[in-house]
Amino acid sequence: MSAETVFDDTPTGLDSAPGDESGEGLARGVWGYLLGLVLAIGLTAASFWAAQTHLIYAPAVPVALVTLAIAQMGIHLVFFLHITTAPDNTNNVLALAFGVLIVCLVVFGSLWIMDHLNHNMMPMNALMNMQR
Amino acid sequence: MSGAVAAAGYATGVGEGGPASKRIIVGYGFWIFLLSDIVMFSALFAAYSVLSGATAGGPAPRQIVNLDTVALETGCLLASSFAGGMASLAVARRSALWTQVALLVTGLLGLAFLLQELREFVGLINRGDGPDRSAFLSAFFTLVGCHGLHVTAGLLWLGTMMAQVLAKGFRRDVLHRLLCFTLFWHALDIIWVAIFTMVYLIGATS
Repeated sequence: MSAETVFDDTPTGLDSAPGDESGEGLARGVWGYLLGLVLAIGLTAASFWAAQTHLIYAPAVPVALVTLAIAQMGIHLVFFLHITTAPDNTNNVLALAFGVLIVCLVVFGSLWIMDHLNHNMMPMNALMNMQR
Repeated sequence: MSGAVAAAGYATGVGEGGPASKRIIVGYGFWIFLLSDIVMFSALFAAYSVLSGATAGGPAPRQIVNLDTVALETGCLLASSFAGGMASLAVARRSALWTQVALLVTGLLGLAFLLQELREFVGLINRGDGPDRSAFLSAFFTLVGCHGLHVTAGLLWLGTMMAQVLAKGFRRDVLHRLLCFTLFWHALDIIWVAIFTMVYLIGATS
């Protein structure tokens, strides 16, 4: 490597960038990703199992799938994106919380409103008859 | 370095410590972008949920889902995300060889994911179940296709980063781009978790 190579300003203070490696040694880093991978595979396998099994009460299956998905997203955030609850991550977590709030508003708000609209709308064939 | 800086009383982004380092600002800004990208996806998810019953006499979700393909796609993308993590570890150790190897594996697994998705799309369109068939299929192709476009853009970015590591070495700006790329790649995997759950698994059971 050339002498004028500029090394990075690896974070040292009270904040960390999302996704930054903690710099605690290679083995520890690999171990963290491996643990995340194993947990993610386990949760994925559980999701596919839950979708195909008859052991779970059928109307509860979507709830189980959503729960497993949220758990897996948490695993990805912690082990792959290194979003933690440590003080140096406060800004990252707050931004994430705001993102989650907006996502929930958009998804559940849309479903709620559209469900009511569907419910209150005249059946399509009645609407067709009126237009004749 | 860390100890020396801490001993000097330097604290990034806090009071008299002055502004945060460039790396933190870049990473945080890209994190905000990723969250806004996820908010955009949430609108597509909402549209899909609302329209998933509007099949207009065409196929219902459970008739177009092949869970074996989805499991394989999921495996490819998850392994790709893991390889991306290995790449960022190699970058943190400034190992050019291992960075290139890990990025190559990341890219090949991502490409495998993309090819399977394309094959699924082509199969559907050839059967006449393209995005013009029903509102459900329009929403399906928009949501899943948008994720596929992100993966395509990520692969182009990955190729660019491999070339930059080769040509420029671990320069500071290259390191920032590598940080952003791995964040982007992991975020795509998070969105895929939502897609395979909401579109494929819940679609197959309903």
